[in-house]
Amino acid sequence: MSRLVVIGNGPAAHRLVERLDELGYDGEITILGAEARPAYNRVLLPAVLDGSLGPDAVGLDEPPTGVRVRLGVTVTGIDRARGLVHTDTGAVHPYDEVVLATGAHPRIPAEVAATAGVFPLRTTEDCDGILRATGNAGQVTVLGAGVLGVEAALGLVARGLRVTLVHPHQHPMNRRLDAAGGRVLAEQLSTRGITPYWGRRVRAYRAPRLELDDGQELDTAALVVCAGVVPAVEPARAAGLAVNHGVLVDERLRTSDPDIHAIGDCAEHAGRTPGLLTSAWEQAEVLAELLVHPTTRTRYEPSAEVVRLKARDLDVAAFGSGAPAEDAELVTLSDPARARYARLLLHDDHVTAAVLLGFDRAIATLTRLCAEGREIPADRLAFLLGTTARYTGSAEPGPDTVICRCNTVTRRALSEAFDEGARDVPALAEITRATTGCGSCTDEVRRLCRTLVANAATEQETAA
Amino acid sequence: MSEQTTVATHCPYCALQCGTRLSRSRDGVTITPSRDFPVNQGGLCQKGWTAPALLDTPDRLREPLVRGRDGTLVPTSWDGALTTIADRLKRIIAESGPEAVAVFGGGGLTNEKAYLLGKFARVAVGTSQIDYNGRFCMSAAATASTAAFGLDRGLPFPVTDLAEADVVLVAGANPAETMPPLMQHLSRPDLLVIDPRSTPTAESAALHLQPRPGTDLALALGLLHVAVIDGWCDTSYVAERTTGFDQVWARAAAWWPERVERVTGVPVSQQREAMRRLGAAGRGYVLTGRGAEQHSNGADTVAGFINLALALGLPGRDGSGYGCLTGQGNGQGGREHGQKSDQLPGYRSITDPTAREHVARQWGVASESLPGPGRSATELLEALGTETGPRALLVFGSNPALSAPHSSRIAERLAALDLLVVADFVPSETTATADVVLPVTQWAEEEGTLTNLEGRVLRRHRLLSPPARSRSDLDVLQHLATRLGQPAHRFPTRPREVFDELSRTSAGGPADYSGISYERLDSGAALHWPCPRTDPQHPGTPRLFLDGFAHPDGRARFRPADHHDPADSLNSTYPLWATTGRLLAQYQTGAQTRRVKELDETSPGPFVSVHPDTASRAGLHEGGSAHVRSRRGSVLVRVRVDPTMRTDTVFLPFHFPGAGRANLLTPSALDPRSGMPEFKVCAVRVEPCSEWTR
Repeated sequence: MSRLVVIGNGPAAHRLVERLDELGYDGEITILGAEARPAYNRVLLPAVLDGSLGPDAVGLDEPPTGVRVRLGVTVTGIDRARGLVHTDTGAVHPYDEVVLATGAHPRIPAEVAATAGVFPLRTTEDCDGILRATGNAGQVTVLGAGVLGVEAALGLVARGLRVTLVHPHQHPMNRRLDAAGGRVLAEQLSTRGITPYWGRRVRAYRAPRLELDDGQELDTAALVVCAGVVPAVEPARAAGLAVNHGVLVDERLRTSDPDIHAIGDCAEHAGRTPGLLTSAWEQAEVLAELLVHPTTRTRYEPSAEVVRLKARDLDVAAFGSGAPAEDAELVTLSDPARARYARLLLHDDHVTAAVLLGFDRAIATLTRLCAEGREIPADRLAFLLGTTARYTGSAEPGPDTVICRCNTVTRRALSEAFDEGARDVPALAEITRATTGCGSCTDEVRRLCRTLVANAATEQETAA
Repeated sequence: MSEQTTVATHCPYCALQCGTRLSRSRDGVTITPSRDFPVNQGGLCQKGWTAPALLDTPDRLREPLVRGRDGTLVPTSWDGALTTIADRLKRIIAESGPEAVAVFGGGGLTNEKAYLLGKFARVAVGTSQIDYNGRFCMSAAATASTAAFGLDRGLPFPVTDLAEADVVLVAGANPAETMPPLMQHLSRPDLLVIDPRSTPTAESAALHLQPRPGTDLALALGLLHVAVIDGWCDTSYVAERTTGFDQVWARAAAWWPERVERVTGVPVSQQREAMRRLGAAGRGYVLTGRGAEQHSNGADTVAGFINLALALGLPGRDGSGYGCLTGQGNGQGGREHGQKSDQLPGYRSITDPTAREHVARQWGVASESLPGPGRSATELLEALGTETGPRALLVFGSNPALSAPHSSRIAERLAALDLLVVADFVPSETTATADVVLPVTQWAEEEGTLTNLEGRVLRRHRLLSPPARSRSDLDVLQHLATRLGQPAHRFPTRPREVFDELSRTSAGGPADYSGISYERLDSGAALHWPCPRTDPQHPGTPRLFLDGFAHPDGRARFRPADHHDPADSLNSTYPLWATTGRLLAQYQTGAQTRRVKELDETSPGPFVSVHPDTASRAGLHEGGSAHVRSRRGSVLVRVRVDPTMRTDTVFLPFHFPGAGRANLLTPSALDPRSGMPEFKVCAVRVEPCSEWTR
């Protein structure tokens, strides 16, 4: 029986073993996790920060039966010649194949590294630490206004803390948003009570005093660092595998050693380390397929990712980047009064880059369009507003317009019934059956009846 | 003729079973909706109003037909037809055993017919191979409800309760078209409608969530997630009246709103608004229909919506709840009396030794002689004429040639049979391929009972004498049974007698009818099952689960379920999702409604609805014709350009025959838990075409 050792116990590893089980993998699986607690959804940590979920509510399902899970174990070496994984407990795990799912380490600026009161936001322990340090009404500073930093700041402010946000660039999510979109988001963060410091770096932190690079000092009980992540490549590098920014993998998610695979935040495929959970899951699913059916033609092809902020009542999404091609179509709509902004770069009716704020329906549609490589609707404004496109083919209401759908009764049929002497709704219903189905046309029939009565009266007067 | 000239009865079509008064005079039969029947309260849709036209449809089947040597169906005597059938059945049984004979029923059959059909299959033939078209209807909801509540009754409350609600979530149902009189109970509450299409029901909604086809379960998981993080979960109800929440949450935790948006296309803001409305409602309901159920994960999808209802504390609470909008006229009763492959009368499990013992005793046979569970509908149809499958099929009240998925394959299977017998009152695509066709009576020509979507047992009354040579299905079953060596008394032909036996047999089962009789029903009593025989008489059970659920511990069960993609996948050859469904003026395969002139004129014939962008990219024009192609086959239909469609989705009604048969496209993928086919999503492309045949 083949022996599979999975190094790492985050969502990527979890999805891999779950999928292996579904596909009927018959090997022996061992998971080695560095954290002491069972696998959980890292992506839900902002929901723990804002209090909408307790720390126990973010756990992932139990792994499938038969999977051996070792928690609180650090891998100290991979002996590729003998096919052994060594750990800090002294245990040695023989393998036929290894999957590296070691994730990433938070990037901590040197100025505040190894300082009390500084927390990354990567584990549930980090959440505990932040909430303990800040208490229920403290001042907290988030360093970095990327996606995670903005989510963290919003989560902390929702919990009732006083939040400052320090970001070295001029607007939040600067890698994803253009300046105009960034300004709209910055405005929204301020509206929600977050105090921002744009274009500022941290010089030093000695709790509770935080010094910014312009000399300004802030009082803050905790510093939450959301300054990006670095792929965790140590075991790969020590084992002599090819490593660049992340562990290099090919389209079969193999490292430079064909018996060792890598998925998730630690893996670098085609020059990219996306650092997104959806990418990690895609890789896990493809790898499971490859491990169970080695001859499959399945390969990992990164799908187009829309970056989507997870925040209550604040819809922000961004897609793609790059300079517009010559024949590109640019659609922009700025509606600052309602905190809406859109910038779409289109090529051949396909979205190549987009920034959307506040256009909640367009964001939902865009995500699918990009994932499936579909054309954007021809009516750009209808797309942005999420309304139905105008279609000129539909008929104008006329005598043959159906008033009662349940019984297919037209305006003409009702007029004729009126002429036969039906002068109120029950009488019209008696002759035409209108209103007897779902009843939703009753008001319209009543209105029509009134009009007919009025017309008849006018005719009489005219005649007289 | 001593018969009455006016009877109080019920519409022959959908599961609402609207009350009607039917009168005959020299001018023919007229129908008026009953004002005093609570379900319709004087309402009736066009199908109901025009139902009398069915009674004298010109091509009514009027005499038994047997396929002659030249391949055509030739009129014959009843004795000749029945003897032909019995002789061939006996030969097939002698050669291949009783399992070589299969029986296929329908959700439109009366309780009496459904009951006797199940008994006929298991006692007279001795085969396990019996199932019915209800598998295509609400079997997924039946499976999910039984798992969650210990009992499946479409609506565990009277339909009129809905009118008192503040908010009703309608997941995958379009009652404004499929059962219009229901809408009068839904006009007061705010409706939250989940449907990939902008149907008339969706248009009347306070909020319409328009997911990509095949992602309903992801949306249900997402709504549960929002219910938890936004604080709408009724934690004390969950603690006191349910089990299994934690395992369900472990799945739903991974469906945060932004991920759900990515998969379903439903904006986060709408997910939250839906939960805000439903969570804040004092009286709220969750209803599912075919849109949630007809998937290869149908039972799990319904479980997803039941889980949501349980998290909000709705089921088993006066003025709130979960229900399934059963479709066929007797879809509810049809699943309780034993025409389902895994069930015995009284909604008993065929694998339960106590249930087998009880039913066998009632039937006067040894319990070992009762077969075990057989194949579910689609599996049964796909096995026909194969080496291990049945060689003969008897069809009652169903048109599987049109209603089953991947219907070109079903047509091949029907053609591979040694014997196909169809009992019906109008010709259908299935009678057209039969070896023997038996003309039977229809609604206004017979007595019986049906059980509507709220579990209320209703009387069907006879107004007319059937055509001279038509016989009731009960009569057919008795004559076939005696020819197969059964004593006649075991297969009574008088509906009242069958009902008395049915109610006795159901005693002690989940669907207990033993306290119900024709006398009680005719006296006007409103009796919802369970209604056991008690003294004084049991009043029936309009509302279930108020004191506890039907599991031994009285608690409802959360059931873990996770989204998976549909059986089909999109690619550049098949870039669009097709979803199938119903039209207002047609019922099921249209075998009846296509014969009603007024409905046929209203109804457009086979078509495909396409978004204007999708149409123009594919070169399609309003009113032009088009081929819709899937991996299974292709159909020829008219194009309807509809700006309310999603750009990635097209819609086809499934009522039409021939080249417009939508089920030529659908896959045979089945829900492993319920046997429900995946009617609601398959990958297609649409191309313009110049030919037109209609």
